[in-house]
Amino acid sequence: MKTQHCRVAIIGAGPSGLALASELAKSGIDVVVLEREGAAGGIPRHCGHSPYGMREFHRLMSGPAYAGRLTREAAQQGARIWLNTTVTEIGPGGKLLLSTTDGIQELQAARVVICTGNRETPRAARLVSGTRPMGIVTTGALQSMVYLKHRLPFKNPLIVGTELVSFSALLTCRHAGIKPVAMIDSNPRVTAIKAAAWLPRLLGIPLLLNAVLDQIRGGDRVESVAVSNTAGKLQNIECDGVIFSGNFVAEASLVRVSHLELDPRSGGPVVDQYGRCSDPAYFACGNLLHPVDTAGWCWAEGIRMSRLLLADLNAALPRSGRVLDIETASPGIRYFTPQRILLTEAPLFENHPGLQLRFAENRPGRISWRGDKGIISGRRIRAQRERRVLLPFPPRDQLSACASLALEFLPDVED
Amino acid sequence: MPDYTSRDTLPETLFDIIVVGSGVVGCAIARRFTLEGAKVMVIEKAVDILDGASKANSAILHTGFDAPPSGSQELECIVDGYREYMEIHARLNLPMLECGALVLAWNESEADRLADIQRHAHDNGVTRARIISAQKTRLKEPQLAQSVVAAVEIPGEYVIDPWSAPYAYLLQALENGASLARNCELFGGHFDGSEWTLDTSRGTLKGKQVINCAGLYGDRVNRQLIGESNFEIRPRKGQFVVFDKSARKLTRSILLPVPTEITKGIVVCPTMFGNLLVGPTAEEQLARDDAAVDSGQLRALIDKGCSILPALRQHAVTATYAGIRPATEHKDYQIKWYRERNYCCVGGIRSTGLSAALGIARFVHRQYAVAGNPHAALEHCHWPQVAGIADPGERDWQRPGNDGIVCHCELVTRREIRQALEGPVAPCSLAGLKRRTRVTMGRCQGFYCSAELSDLTDGCFQQPMSSSRK
Repeated sequence: MKTQHCRVAIIGAGPSGLALASELAKSGIDVVVLEREGAAGGIPRHCGHSPYGMREFHRLMSGPAYAGRLTREAAQQGARIWLNTTVTEIGPGGKLLLSTTDGIQELQAARVVICTGNRETPRAARLVSGTRPMGIVTTGALQSMVYLKHRLPFKNPLIVGTELVSFSALLTCRHAGIKPVAMIDSNPRVTAIKAAAWLPRLLGIPLLLNAVLDQIRGGDRVESVAVSNTAGKLQNIECDGVIFSGNFVAEASLVRVSHLELDPRSGGPVVDQYGRCSDPAYFACGNLLHPVDTAGWCWAEGIRMSRLLLADLNAALPRSGRVLDIETASPGIRYFTPQRILLTEAPLFENHPGLQLRFAENRPGRISWRGDKGIISGRRIRAQRERRVLLPFPPRDQLSACASLALEFLPDVED
Repeated sequence: MPDYTSRDTLPETLFDIIVVGSGVVGCAIARRFTLEGAKVMVIEKAVDILDGASKANSAILHTGFDAPPSGSQELECIVDGYREYMEIHARLNLPMLECGALVLAWNESEADRLADIQRHAHDNGVTRARIISAQKTRLKEPQLAQSVVAAVEIPGEYVIDPWSAPYAYLLQALENGASLARNCELFGGHFDGSEWTLDTSRGTLKGKQVINCAGLYGDRVNRQLIGESNFEIRPRKGQFVVFDKSARKLTRSILLPVPTEITKGIVVCPTMFGNLLVGPTAEEQLARDDAAVDSGQLRALIDKGCSILPALRQHAVTATYAGIRPATEHKDYQIKWYRERNYCCVGGIRSTGLSAALGIARFVHRQYAVAGNPHAALEHCHWPQVAGIADPGERDWQRPGNDGIVCHCELVTRREIRQALEGPVAPCSLAGLKRRTRVTMGRCQGFYCSAELSDLTDGCFQQPMSSSRK
């Protein structure tokens, strides 16, 4: 088997991976981006409409234009982007097994950054009842069919979900001449910003809240769905497809079967405040750590990661120190990242946006850092599903005084 | 190759044998009779082979340790089928994974029954079956819940690929002269004392003998052709949950419960594709084609799996599916020749069909040739090698020239998909392509690949994945 070498290997050519590759290549680092698809760019590549590029290029761009620009910049800086290259195994010390069109190869990198992003939860993992006809897709599948292949899987689907991406699915349908029969969510409120609820209304598409998809019916193709409300009342809706939108999960397949420590809450790898995994040859970046956030946010993370990696390659990022694992017993907290703090000599949180959290439901309350000697700091928040919450880290002297560290979320008591 | 699926007309030839149904049993019977020198035609009403009971099972090659006792058709066929699979699997490139099984007792009353299970296994010829202590059980499978009391260890139980095996049987039949017609539904037939004339949705067919392998429709075909049926199909649905590949490491063995009077119970077992499977449920129903899943039942299966392997709770669900077993009012298989009518019914092959199919084929042929084989068995036959899609073997993504991976979760290459679509026995449905390549069967269920796949399969399927945008 052929073995190749590089300084930094980046797995995944999405916004975070490409931003990181550009910056590293600019600094003269030998960097290879491994992309399993036939084109670089990641999810924005097949999202033909949303506003991209504001943070990065200070202009409004479509997904494909944005993906193209990120790809061109990385290539111009000298990053090598290997397309149709799938990493099938990640081994200790930065040894990667690759599947290419020429068969299998090995790549030995001094550092590997995993930027494999996230994907939506499909029907099966949601345990939805009913038959399994054709016409059941995720938004990602729909968008790549419509924008990349100019194909339509159905004419009148039901959209399940009201996250940001659900409205993106709505826009994709509109673009393709698909008329959804309804948009449903089991929650009492739209998950994305409130104003988004105007979009289906504007397009004449019923928005059903507190509505649960009970059953999918159909033989060869979807024929109808049964939807129930909180009172258990069933409603039959005729449709020829179902779009399962959102409910993003980390695309951590490689990590799950590797030697790296996994965080069961986020579904991604356990990282410290530098984004470093349990094997110091590995780092992780982007939506793999926090499903789901915007492309711009992931891009910014890639830029930040480049500085940390440059320091690490120059042996300026300490590897040793006391490890403080962040614990939590609060059920309202869905996940947080990083999961551990390494108390090193170097600056701990330079340019760090803070601890990122996601909550299970919409509830106001107080989020706090708790050390073994009591509450350190905290603040009031309005927790909302699928919305990023940032919490500043406690200062170094307080962390150093802690034997253990926990997060605590106390929801306001309802009257 | 005589695949009449996409041709206009059926042949006017007089066949020695017409096999009705291309489930695992029909495929194995077509193979056996072809190798024995008969001219065979297989008809299938669905767009693809393996589209009924054979499409969803637990993919285990059983030793027969818990089959009905000695003297039953089922035990004889399982033992014979197991032996022949061992003999031929390498020549057809069919994979096997030796797992062994553990029948687990979770309380004292279940533990009391292990001695009977062991004795029954010994009576059925599985002499290596033995009772082991809780400590030994947990040493063998450290992820098992603490509360396990004891187990019967059954060496020699294998996991196999439920689709490539029957596909290989049929392929060998076809390569040695058999014919196949899919989309060919039986409407009725007439026996004139020496020949059958079958009326199908694709025209008439003539044959000397008819073998009914219609699975879930076995009793209906009986009535259509001979006006009576020695059994009634009582469809029994089985739902399954497939866990992510990360869960595969939780057990090496097939984990079985102590069976009850009604059901063998819920199994936890590895799959050939590197996942962990939990199922099946056993739900009596009237419909023969309703393979809907039910979220309540799926949740109960997950809970059951987690009670056996507590660490399973940390792992994601990849897929859910349901299959329907053609159970009858009888416990044993219902294999019966009607000699005066040149007709054989192979019915009631419920949950052990995959293990027993090759044995069933030998059983049926033995009875057919009771006065000597009327044909000359093939002296030199072709042994087609099916594409290896199971994980223990080498896969196409590891070879040069694979043209890139399309399905990232299951690592299915563009070349594999193209080769499957070009045939032999090319799939005419996405389900058929899945069974031949594993495409879209993984954790993303098509998030990444369905656009590319709908492009690649354009014009190939009766129900296309998508239509072109005008």
